[in-house]
Amino acid sequence: MSLSAQFIQLLNGLASASSLFLVAAGLSLIFGVTRIVNFAHGSLYMLGIYTAYSLVNVFGGGMLGFWGGVLCAGIVVGLFGAIVERLLLRRLYHAPELLQLLATFALVLIVRDFALWIWGPEDLLGPRAPGLGGAVAIAGREFPQYDLFLIALGPVVLLLLWLLLTRTRWGTLVRAATEDREMAGALGVNQAWLFTSVFALGAFLAGLGGAVQIPREPAVLTMDLTILSDVFVVVVVGGMGSIPGAFLAAVLIGVIKAFCIGIGNVSLLGIDFSFSKLTLVIEFIVMAVVLVFRPWGLLGRQQGIPRGAAAVEPPLHLPSRGMFMALVAALALLALLPLVSDRYTLVLLTDILVFALFAVSLHFIMGPAGMHSFGHAAYFGLGAYAAALLLKHAVPMELALALAPLGGGIAALLFGWFCVRLSGVYLAMLTLAFAQIAWSVVYQWDAFTGGSNGLVGIWPAPWLSSGNAFYYLTLVLCAAAILLLWRIVYTPFGYALRAGRDSPLRADAIGIDVRRQQWLGFALAGVFAGLAGALHAFSKGSISPDTLAIPRSVDGLVMVLMGGIQTLTGAVAGAAVFTWLQDVITRQTEFWRAVLGGIILLLVLAFPQGIAGFIRERWEARAGKNRA
Amino acid sequence: MNILRVANLSKAYGGVHAVREVSFSLAAGELLALIGPNGAGKTTCFNMLNGQIAADGGSAEFEGRSLIGLKPRQIWRLGVGRTFQITATFASMSVRENVQTALLNYHGRLNSVLALAERLYVDEAMELLARVGIAEQAARPCAVLAYGDLKRVELAIALANRPRLLLMDEPTAGMAPAERVALMGLTAELARASNIAVLFTEHDMDVVFAHADRILVLNRGRLIAEGKPAEVRANREVQEVYLGTGSLFSGAAHA
Repeated sequence: MSLSAQFIQLLNGLASASSLFLVAAGLSLIFGVTRIVNFAHGSLYMLGIYTAYSLVNVFGGGMLGFWGGVLCAGIVVGLFGAIVERLLLRRLYHAPELLQLLATFALVLIVRDFALWIWGPEDLLGPRAPGLGGAVAIAGREFPQYDLFLIALGPVVLLLLWLLLTRTRWGTLVRAATEDREMAGALGVNQAWLFTSVFALGAFLAGLGGAVQIPREPAVLTMDLTILSDVFVVVVVGGMGSIPGAFLAAVLIGVIKAFCIGIGNVSLLGIDFSFSKLTLVIEFIVMAVVLVFRPWGLLGRQQGIPRGAAAVEPPLHLPSRGMFMALVAALALLALLPLVSDRYTLVLLTDILVFALFAVSLHFIMGPAGMHSFGHAAYFGLGAYAAALLLKHAVPMELALALAPLGGGIAALLFGWFCVRLSGVYLAMLTLAFAQIAWSVVYQWDAFTGGSNGLVGIWPAPWLSSGNAFYYLTLVLCAAAILLLWRIVYTPFGYALRAGRDSPLRADAIGIDVRRQQWLGFALAGVFAGLAGALHAFSKGSISPDTLAIPRSVDGLVMVLMGGIQTLTGAVAGAAVFTWLQDVITRQTEFWRAVLGGIILLLVLAFPQGIAGFIRERWEARAGKNRA
Repeated sequence: MNILRVANLSKAYGGVHAVREVSFSLAAGELLALIGPNGAGKTTCFNMLNGQIAADGGSAEFEGRSLIGLKPRQIWRLGVGRTFQITATFASMSVRENVQTALLNYHGRLNSVLALAERLYVDEAMELLARVGIAEQAARPCAVLAYGDLKRVELAIALANRPRLLLMDEPTAGMAPAERVALMGLTAELARASNIAVLFTEHDMDVVFAHADRILVLNRGRLIAEGKPAEVRANREVQEVYLGTGSLFSGAAHA
């Protein structure tokens, strides 16, 4: 690459960094003060770009119409953020942190369908910016004027935010609350007002970040999750809660990405390597490297532990006789169902069983081990691909099914080694990064994995294809695996995991190598997720990279949280309800996401302890009354 | 016989010498108190012995094996038990399960994925709880226990690996005065009965003078006095260091 081409790539990188920084700064501000990881932040960005498109159309494409439209879009999204905070999140500040995540994810679903309803499924590209529509000659090449404006926008917003945070009373309060929220509250800071205003500002920045993109990028419905993962990476690399860190990380990632596109294909020692394909993962690789060397991000600091916010996990009792009887009855019912149900129901039941195992394996590391994984689908998907690839390479189906879980297990062993070095949000983000890397490898390796088309013709052996045989196989394997995982929670290995979660300090002082236990637990969960994935592949007959994409990981989270993380049975209940709901709603309406999101919100507000947690609470209350 | 020998232990943070060339030894069955005003280097000194802080220089040997560079869990494996200034227990487990978890690791059963942990080493755990006087609370979750009782749970956990040395950081911090003397009395009793050496830091001079066999006094990172309680009390330098706080002398009046 010539020097001038390098310079142009540098400018390209800086231009895309600005918008990324705006969105990331908003997320970082919101996290710093409210400690909410706002999954809906990408949706706010998407709303910004769509709103700006409409407003510019209404106001006209003149100087005032364009810039007024862009600014108003930011303000509209900011107001929307304030309303969401007041009506929804406010009710959840005392709920466990993961539940807030679930609520913001429900918002993602609702906003997505809202956009679909208002703007339709077509891509919408806005008009060029008046006065900045042309190009200037830089280093002998044409460079868009608008991109020069964007390059300047980032540092200007950084400066304004810095002035706002250091020179105003409001900024002082925000910094105080970021540093120590409880102390700020104890000193009489009106938290309700502060939270609303921070949320509004964060949403405004996200909306503006989206709005300024209209001349460059078409508005599409999937951009909410795409930008979300980019922004998560920026915030984590920069350090959660650090605005300058977010700027640094946005520039770093923007520039590295631009260079990857610029370099293109390189032939090194006879091996062709495509740098432009690397853009799908490069930011996640940067994040993984940064987190290993600087666990709190480039400019971040270790978060103070919020006092009293961490819910104490309730004691775990061995299941009672009644529970055992209920379990046996449920299994008997599942075994007898094929006699009365139709083909369709059996397919749904197979899905439910597979996802129940997936959710239980995720709960195993989230609950007892206290490691919140946002990328568990990686192990599910790699198990599925291992099964399919073994089958394609002439391994008998039975053996492929038996070996496939190792695909999930080996990946979990590898990724887990890095993940257990972190904790909390950082750990969650690193799991997400690894899942994205796994996805992108599968997506791009056409020759081996079939690329975006996936693999087809992955059918079970003939003796399993007839009648209900595969259903019974799934029932036996999933039930056995789930019972085994539950059992392990009650064994010394499970106690060691819980010990590491409850008090790493004490666990260390009684000789427990907490990281090692977590690592083994992570790998074990990967094996069981891999088994679920392999069964999924054989039940569908085909697989695509979607099997391990981010939405699948989020599905797993929703199942675990819907069911209630504090109970073992919760993950099964959550998986059953979620899979069934998704099936029913997708058949009823085009806007199934919004309906599902609405149901999740209702559940979160009505049963903050999850479905199984709610049932247990009722049960215990009744048992208590009977005893009294 | 001395089971812990510390020689020239040092630690500096930037230009601040938190601990300078501290040397002492500790015999089996002996209760040794580490005292000194705030910032004297007690906690730094203590945390170098339990593996939480790496020492800059000097040596620390437990039964002839060096503790320098070891992790807390490796030090535990050598036969050292410890308690924390702010109690650290497993809140989601019952009192008995807390002790059982420590016992599971002591007996090398921690990686078992077959047996039910709740049913292992029940008698041994109950016996330890009885020794610290909270057997009747065995089934309660640690999360609901009173602070004084949590301190006892910690002591039971610390005894699970049959330690020859107990490291106790501010064992009575946060407790009511009557409970403090009772807890330290219990510790002294257990130590003498099982010939366990105890090294503890403590702010409460009543506790120190009532139970310590020997006292080390640190000031600004240096060991300024060492000896039996009466000797330390008579030491001029110690009196100067504590002048104005009065704590040492009010303690002396009780003794």
